[in-house]
Amino acid sequence: MEPSQPLLECVDLSRDAPGRPGHMLLRGVSFTLRRGEVMVVVGPSGAGKSTLLRLLNRLDEPSGGVVRLDGQDTREIEPRELRRRVGMVMQRAYLFPGTVAENLGFGPAQQGKALGAEEVASMLASVGLAGYEGRDALTLSGGEAQRVAVLRALANGPEALLLDEPTSALDPAARDSVEAAIRTLIEGRHLTCVWVTHSLEQARSVASHVLALDAGRVRAWGPPGEVLNV
Amino acid sequence: MFDFTGQIGNVGQIRRGLVDCAIAGGAALAVLLLARRRAPGLLRELPLAELRGVVQIVIVGAVLAAMLHGPRWVSVPVLAGMALAAADIVRRRAQRIEGAFRLALAAIFCGVGPVLVLMAVTGVIPMSITILIPVGSMVIANTMNTLSLFVDRLRGEVVAHTGEIESALALGATPDTALLPSMNAAYRACLIPSIDNIRSLGIVWIPGIMAGMVLSGVSPVFAALYQFVVLTTIFAAAGLTCLVASYMVTGRLFSKQEQLLLRA
Repeated sequence: MEPSQPLLECVDLSRDAPGRPGHMLLRGVSFTLRRGEVMVVVGPSGAGKSTLLRLLNRLDEPSGGVVRLDGQDTREIEPRELRRRVGMVMQRAYLFPGTVAENLGFGPAQQGKALGAEEVASMLASVGLAGYEGRDALTLSGGEAQRVAVLRALANGPEALLLDEPTSALDPAARDSVEAAIRTLIEGRHLTCVWVTHSLEQARSVASHVLALDAGRVRAWGPPGEVLNV
Repeated sequence: MFDFTGQIGNVGQIRRGLVDCAIAGGAALAVLLLARRRAPGLLRELPLAELRGVVQIVIVGAVLAAMLHGPRWVSVPVLAGMALAAADIVRRRAQRIEGAFRLALAAIFCGVGPVLVLMAVTGVIPMSITILIPVGSMVIANTMNTLSLFVDRLRGEVVAHTGEIESALALGATPDTALLPSMNAAYRACLIPSIDNIRSLGIVWIPGIMAGMVLSGVSPVFAALYQFVVLTTIFAAAGLTCLVASYMVTGRLFSKQEQLLLRA
């Protein structure tokens, strides 16, 4: 792919509020991200940050506008394939019952593939969880679980990653370790990311672009130095 | 009020029945009077509910008494009518699930129909209108309760586990896979009362049909065995109905784009 070609592009994206005629959760959102770029989405609660993420991997359906992945309208991509190509990590880890290794293998298993033991061990070691393969996933601490959730999303080999406040439910120490793990992983894989956060400090440290939302509208879009200092 | 041959009882029996109803209804009212601070609204609801219930059941009894002397095929529209009413009651439990009435009706027909036909063809349930309608109604009523439990529990599971379900979808899982833990939990939970009924048979309770058979002079051992037959028939019908519903409901909980519609 040419370096200048957009990987993830939104054009005039909007979403009606279900059951509330005339209300919009999101309206007229547009941005373009190239491979390896990290866009942080900031804004007050109810600004439409999570709604935007859900429209990007089609967990929710836009009311208007277009999302393109590598130049292709996402409506032309089968939802399961789109979700494999655009991974998502939620505010809580939502690990499934079973071992850590089974959780990591969940995504590939949906395509009839299996992760090798060495691959699992290597993935876990990369986030400081070496030897956790056989651990019961539901007994992990918040920070450990969230690191496993990030690896689980990456096990599908996505081209882009959506992060919905992945550290907001963690204590400060766990938040720092999870943030560091995510940064290492996305930089190592040159992943395009859309990262929702309430923390301006986090936004400054990870973003190549910042999208500021307010009441579903774009308030500002640009480099962090321009948007966050307004 | 009615004897077992389908004849309306004599005036003395009816008078005695009305007195019995008044005593039982009064006892229920007295309990709510004692508990009026716990649920004041129920005290206002109960008299009307009791009046409505007694009128409905007497009308049904009179209609049944008239029909029990009709041809056997009459049992088919009667049971179909009961299935329609049962589906409507299940629909009320299935709020926010699109097409719930059609789903419940189809599941009840697919679940109860084959089981009743099998029992009738093999002679387990005699092909007599005096047996088919009462036993069929018991099967439908219990199936309705089980299906209501299934739908209600499934709705609760989905709302409580929206995050897990959407996490699975976000990893490329099919709606069936994403819903599997919730579906299994709902299916298991809805059948627990039926299994407990079978397990506790004769120890915790002696069901009405057995008591009625014994009172009408049937051998207690045969009555006991027949009660087991009725309970396992109910279990089979309810289990099959909920199984059919479990396959039909996924398409109503997700959009064509495999998005969860029933979110918290």
